[in-house]
Amino acid sequence: MKYIDEYRDASNARRIADEIRRVTTGPHAIMEVCGGQTHAIVKFGIDELLPPAIELIHGPGCPVCVTPVELIDKAIAIARQPDAVFCSFGDMLRVPGSRDDLFRAKASGADVRIVYSPLDALNLAKNNPGKQVVFFAVGFETTAPANALAVFQAHQSNIENFSILCSHVLVPPAMEAILSSPDCRVNGFLAAGHVCTIMGYTEYEPLAKKYNVPIVVTGFEPLDILHGVLLCVRQLEEGRAEVENQYARSVSREGNRHAQRLIETVYQIAPRGWRGIGTIARSGLALRPPFDRYDAERRFDVSEIVAHESEDCISGLVLRGVKKPRECPAFGTRCTPDHPLGAPMVSGEGACAAYYRYKQSEPAVLAGPCA
Amino acid sequence: MCLAVPGEILSIDEGDPILRKARVSFGGMVKEVSLALLPEASEGQYVLVHAGVGISIVNDAEAERIFDYLDQLGELEESGGASS
Amino acid sequence: MNGQTPESLSCPLPLPQDEQITMIHGGGGTAMHRLIERVFKSQFDNDLLRQDHDAAVFAVDGTRFAFTTDSFVIQPLVFPGGDIGSLAVYGTVNDLAMAGARPLYLSAGFIVEAGLPTQVLSDIVASMQRAAEASNIQIVTGDTKVVEHGHGDGVFINTAGIGVIEHGRVIAPRSIQPGDAVLVSGDLGRHGIAVMAVREGLEFETTLTSDCAPLAAPVLALLRENVAIRCLRDLTRGGLTSAVNEIAAASGRAVHLRESAIPVRDDVRGACELLGLDPLAVANEGRFVAIVDHSDADRALDTLRGHAVDTTPAVIGEVLDSSPARVTIESRIGSVRILDMPSGEQLPRIC
Repeated sequence: MKYIDEYRDASNARRIADEIRRVTTGPHAIMEVCGGQTHAIVKFGIDELLPPAIELIHGPGCPVCVTPVELIDKAIAIARQPDAVFCSFGDMLRVPGSRDDLFRAKASGADVRIVYSPLDALNLAKNNPGKQVVFFAVGFETTAPANALAVFQAHQSNIENFSILCSHVLVPPAMEAILSSPDCRVNGFLAAGHVCTIMGYTEYEPLAKKYNVPIVVTGFEPLDILHGVLLCVRQLEEGRAEVENQYARSVSREGNRHAQRLIETVYQIAPRGWRGIGTIARSGLALRPPFDRYDAERRFDVSEIVAHESEDCISGLVLRGVKKPRECPAFGTRCTPDHPLGAPMVSGEGACAAYYRYKQSEPAVLAGPCA
Repeated sequence: MCLAVPGEILSIDEGDPILRKARVSFGGMVKEVSLALLPEASEGQYVLVHAGVGISIVNDAEAERIFDYLDQLGELEESGGASS
Repeated sequence: MNGQTPESLSCPLPLPQDEQITMIHGGGGTAMHRLIERVFKSQFDNDLLRQDHDAAVFAVDGTRFAFTTDSFVIQPLVFPGGDIGSLAVYGTVNDLAMAGARPLYLSAGFIVEAGLPTQVLSDIVASMQRAAEASNIQIVTGDTKVVEHGHGDGVFINTAGIGVIEHGRVIAPRSIQPGDAVLVSGDLGRHGIAVMAVREGLEFETTLTSDCAPLAAPVLALLRENVAIRCLRDLTRGGLTSAVNEIAAASGRAVHLRESAIPVRDDVRGACELLGLDPLAVANEGRFVAIVDHSDADRALDTLRGHAVDTTPAVIGEVLDSSPARVTIESRIGSVRILDMPSGEQLPRIC
């Protein structure tokens, strides 16, 4: 497969890894923000090719992991309404709410369906005029235009039985929350390549300057991630703190203008709760008028639903990169992918699940510098 | 979150720009993809697709850059006698 | 790792998965295995059940027989390359074949939902008869029950089968030895992806069809060629990952695979990339893994090629002389990781 296979070549991966080893002197803690990169790192064993002086920290870039428990409860309440067809990406079905998850709601008779695209959910609404079709619009900037497109098309075609339960979060505010935290250990970032495909990377330039931290926009294949690490390490070794673009085959500095315009048309910036981190100002998106007619939280009265987020849940520390999954006393014993205690163990992209799947029998030795 | 996969545009269904669609092949598996965000995409190009929506056109010249860089590394290895 | 739990640890509320049955218990992963251990094996406990194989093997007057059963619940009832009827025959025939048996007779039990068009049922039964002929067996007894509309997905089918074992080999996980070769009979993931491609909300345009097929003929051919077969397992829910993990756990041996050697078609890979699925854990219905003495591996491949219509069997790994019992895999970039049992049915994901 073009643009995939050539980036998974073993000998080239080793050559980049050798170069990383050659240029690395000091210890560096590098955070890959996006869960998709976390997934690739563990699946391909990319971290095994790195010298011990480089520690990869898994960031909060997994919308499954950061979706507040309250929103899962609202999703389940909506799914259980008569005449509701609740559509979601498969990722969200096993994320625990207060008492239940969408999988159990489905097993007990709720009409919960997995779709590949929000446009598939819109089609379901077109084809089932007697039903209220709701799409669980989670995701970062990458997914926002797809969800915005579904709402925009619904608006244009007057499809009134469609709405979205919106939980969009934005990456730069989360990065800033991590960087401004007193226990921040991160020396450099691999920025999420697909988020930047949409947004470009101008937003990261002030962050790199203000916090004196290199930020490398990075793709998702093994060679991309290794190359991103190499560019980041080079900057750290040379004392630079710039935004670099490793993923230029997909990302330009200004991003996809059409997508940005659509996001601005349909959404406005809003505060968002992040599981394990808390509410971050201006860190999410909400539907703006007139598109707020398509807001499922207005259409179904779920405002009563309030769920308590535990302040000291370790998943928050994991998501911020302060602790590694294996440092959690429940890891691999009371908390496994079958019995997830926290969202990072549910999502295939979650740091805990990734560790559990691919690294569970390693000794729990945690080397790594503190920034 | 953000699985996005490159696929080849086989054909385009023009019309209202917001409804612009293409048939895109992923290793021979063909899926209908929205091109609403890529008005300039054309047949034969590779587009990166996320959740049923094309989000960028893969830039072929840029895609080669990492391999040019690897070639340079190779030359360095040979001239410097570095072993891998 | 197993330190004391501090007061401060209160992750989002756990959902004890096993208080009631959820769909995850049917997904071919760890939850299903736990259910089997705790509910079924603990109470049905006996020597034959403890063989831990797809079929029970027992002797009557010196002749060895294999006996197995399987139920089929699938939506849609008809999918590209097969239907619930052919699946119900091949599934049980294949479980007998994996015990090294020559399948003889099947039973067929139907649980039909009121409202199902009789023609649909008749077409399914016709498909079963064609599959029986292709598998060289007869369906000799059966049963029918009807449930109220809304209490079943059109039709559920159960088949049980009996076969005769006409050789002296012990084909079971306990027979595998360090150094044995791990073979797969063909490319992976076609069935799961073909079924998914026709599901509402995930549709693909594809010529891909299910790999659904009877496997007795290739297994009997391996036995005729006197290949030193140690263990066989057909790949169903949970795919290769699940099957090899089951073998490793039941044998107490470590198994090592090479990802680059495992055959997966490009279109299946394309769909898996798009849906965030691992092709190694996607369902199959006409593929099996064979563990054979390494000196017989080439002969086994040649024999399988004679039975593979449109695919290539391959050696994909070996049994290690090490513990613990687990499965490792060398990734495409040369790193080694653990290939863990999937926890349940894989869901299409976008992150």
